[in-house]
Amino acid sequence: MPFIPHTQDDIREMLATIGVPSIETLFDEIPAELRTGELRGIPDAMSEMEITRLMGDRAAQDAGALNFIGAGAYEHHIPAAVWQIATRGEFYSAYTPYQAEASQGTLQLIYEYQTMMTGLTGMDVSNASLYDGASALAEAVLMAVRVHRKSKSRRILVPTSVHPAYRATTHAIVDGQEIELVEVPFDPASGRVSLDTLKPYEGEDYTALVIQQPNFFGTLEEVDELTRWARANNVLVIAVVNPLTLALLTPPGEWGDDGVDIVCGDGQPLGAPLSSGGPYYGLMCCRQEHARQMPGRIVGRTVDADGKRGFVLTLQAREQHIRRSKATSNICTNQGLVVTASTIHMALLGPEGLERVAAASHANTQALVERVAALGVQPLFSGEHFHEVVFKLDRPAAGVLAKMAEQGVLGGYDLGQDYPDMADCLLVCATETKTGADLDAYVAALRTALA
Amino acid sequence: MLIFEHSREGRRAAAQAPLEKVGAKGLPERFRRRQRAPLPEVSEMQVVRHYTRLSQKNFSIDTQFYPLGSCTMKYNPRACNSLAMLPGFIDRHPLAPETHSQGFLACMFELQEMLKDVTGMKGVSLTPMAGAQGEFAGVAMIRAYHESRGDSSRTEILVPDAAHGTNPATAVMCGYTVKEIPTDRQGDVDMDALKAAVGPQTAGIMLTNPSTLGVFERRIKEIAKVIHDAGGLLYYDGANLNAILGKVRPGDMGFDVIHMNLHKTFSTPHGGGGPGAGAVGVSERLMPFRPIPVVAKEGERYRWLKKADLSQSIGQLSAFAGNAGVLLRAYIYMRMLGRDGMHRVADFSTLNANYLMARLREKGFDLAFPERRATHEFIVTLKRQAKEQGVTAMDFAKRLLDFGFHAPTTYFPLLVPECLLIEPTETEAKEALDGFVDAMAAIQAEAESDPEKVRGAPYTQPNRRFDEVRAARELDLRYVPGVAG
Repeated sequence: MPFIPHTQDDIREMLATIGVPSIETLFDEIPAELRTGELRGIPDAMSEMEITRLMGDRAAQDAGALNFIGAGAYEHHIPAAVWQIATRGEFYSAYTPYQAEASQGTLQLIYEYQTMMTGLTGMDVSNASLYDGASALAEAVLMAVRVHRKSKSRRILVPTSVHPAYRATTHAIVDGQEIELVEVPFDPASGRVSLDTLKPYEGEDYTALVIQQPNFFGTLEEVDELTRWARANNVLVIAVVNPLTLALLTPPGEWGDDGVDIVCGDGQPLGAPLSSGGPYYGLMCCRQEHARQMPGRIVGRTVDADGKRGFVLTLQAREQHIRRSKATSNICTNQGLVVTASTIHMALLGPEGLERVAAASHANTQALVERVAALGVQPLFSGEHFHEVVFKLDRPAAGVLAKMAEQGVLGGYDLGQDYPDMADCLLVCATETKTGADLDAYVAALRTALA
Repeated sequence: MLIFEHSREGRRAAAQAPLEKVGAKGLPERFRRRQRAPLPEVSEMQVVRHYTRLSQKNFSIDTQFYPLGSCTMKYNPRACNSLAMLPGFIDRHPLAPETHSQGFLACMFELQEMLKDVTGMKGVSLTPMAGAQGEFAGVAMIRAYHESRGDSSRTEILVPDAAHGTNPATAVMCGYTVKEIPTDRQGDVDMDALKAAVGPQTAGIMLTNPSTLGVFERRIKEIAKVIHDAGGLLYYDGANLNAILGKVRPGDMGFDVIHMNLHKTFSTPHGGGGPGAGAVGVSERLMPFRPIPVVAKEGERYRWLKKADLSQSIGQLSAFAGNAGVLLRAYIYMRMLGRDGMHRVADFSTLNANYLMARLREKGFDLAFPERRATHEFIVTLKRQAKEQGVTAMDFAKRLLDFGFHAPTTYFPLLVPECLLIEPTETEAKEALDGFVDAMAAIQAEAESDPEKVRGAPYTQPNRRFDEVRAARELDLRYVPGVAG
């Protein structure tokens, strides 16, 4: 019996202790008419050897393509130590650290994570993670509504240069609470939000403005002037960031004159493999004064009965298991193991390593821009981009991508899927993992596809 | 020591970043960070040693019996991890074309099919990333269903008072008000109170069965009829299916929507607090509202169903398709168990729980529901010990750590005073259960002879009991160099 240790003697003794003749008797409180028949949809059991063969075949089916897709999930080198340590049984098979004395490993690690994340973002407080970047934006919107008590509108300004999947997810999560997401167009020439595009919203009550840096197109937003605009209009700022790029870019805690209010984003570029979209983790940071409105778990340092320092889950009065219907969110389980990996990843890379990875990714994307110019393909937007870029083609991107995929190159993301008037545009990313030969392969595949 | 206290300027794990340093060409000064990010500067071995040592300060399933009620801390087979981390799976970009995704999609489709079968539901969506998000999806679908019928008068969700805290929190996130239904003395929903509470304002009920009290809700068919007759829908909190797998199916009980915590019943790791996976199953009438994406099979090809295919969907709940790597682990586990293995999970988790309950009763512990069978879990109440010896459930929990056992869930459900919710799972051997009983009996003896000793526990962990009030009042949520901890 896989994973069940009972011998026939055990079963006999246990039933005798309970005082029942059979295991079946233990189910006698379930009404007979509800009892299930055979589970015909479940196949027969497989041994570890057999499932290894099956999964090996399935994985091999999907392997081997050269990937230039980013669009919110980025391929980076992950040190071998990261997942070897994260999958040690003591991290992998522990529960949420409710018994603090028996969970100091996980708790101290989260405290270190919170320190690293506040350092990268320039904010005061970080939580222990949310599910992913998209759902973290939804939670940030809900938090902004709680925090900004003077704003009564429950309207959030969301530029269309914010990741479309993040916007869709936020809709799905906040619509039930009568919060309105107001779409702000981006400037079609530069590919970013400008003060002109924000002008129509001046002088009215909006709760928050969302700014993604770099935005979905890889274009850099003028974060300082946007943050100042929001301050001047009594609007909170929610920053959506790629935390890896913060090794080089201005941290949101310093945008404008005194920084933003809430930062969220996806931690995936810091140690999580692409893995078909998850598990990743949502990061969230805020100002000190808003800590008590933050969703999710938070670890604090304190002392024990002997005065020795240690770590506990704190501010639990915000959470669902205490506050029930008045909690800041229903979240409980978050993405602990991915945060474990990510913390180890950040420690291994350090400030210099992350800078090098971010700079090399940017340089590779720049090099790709230069190489595809030979094919007459140019970036669509005039705004500066960082480590991801939009190429304008002379025909629909979908067909070009399919032809590139036939040559083993995943050439980017077809923007026409989300922006109907951008069907001839490709969103492309070349991270530090790409070599000169990989870039050549991209150009060759694109040339063939366009021929 | 914190990792930051190992840090020295200029030290690094040089093999882990590009060897050649390049500048960020074309990046204007105004976008650049002025001061380097304050991350630790440490060597690779320092990192490995630091985090290996930290891991050793954790209790875990791999090292201890962990009978945490409602959390299903069963063995997490190692193959589930190693196979989910095969390069073809972890290197697959979420937006890779379907031509390069057939292996992964096949696994997801088959997982959907298997979950349909064990729950008796009509359709499954795998995307919710944890139980609470699965709950959200479930209630959002109930809301979408009523709205699609132009029925806007339903503003209330019924929740038994024994429910997980996530239930009422979720109902509020979906824009509903919550009405609590009391529990009767046998641990079942109070039917009179339920009948009095339902009406045209009832959108639905959120119910856990077996309930968090560790007992099977015997009048479930009657409850379903009362709610359905009033036009409401039934949501099944399937946080834990361990005790009913292959025995009874929520679909057959009359539920319209269920979420399943795959990190419980289907043995994906808890990871120190996630990632989980909270797949949802739906009845026929909720099929159009499933969260996207869902995997479909057309001939021999698999493809994603998205907004264009499911126009009434409640939408997407994550940037891509949920916690794919967790779903793969659940898939592998289910294939290794196979059809017969499903039944055995329920058989042996129920056997272990009832055996442990019988043994603790023998030792003089009071059960919350002595007349009932245990399901996969049961409740001991230490009300008497708290009154007579001044030793609480928390004191027992902390002292258990010294005996090498993780504590059961304490003070949940809130209805039972001084409670321990105990869930041994099917993967523990009889010897482990007996060892736990011996430890509980020893602590009971201590409580009678030297209660102060129990109140002061633990003694063998990296720390003694913490000052949690100070943690919440004097917030210290990150390390600041030069500030003593």
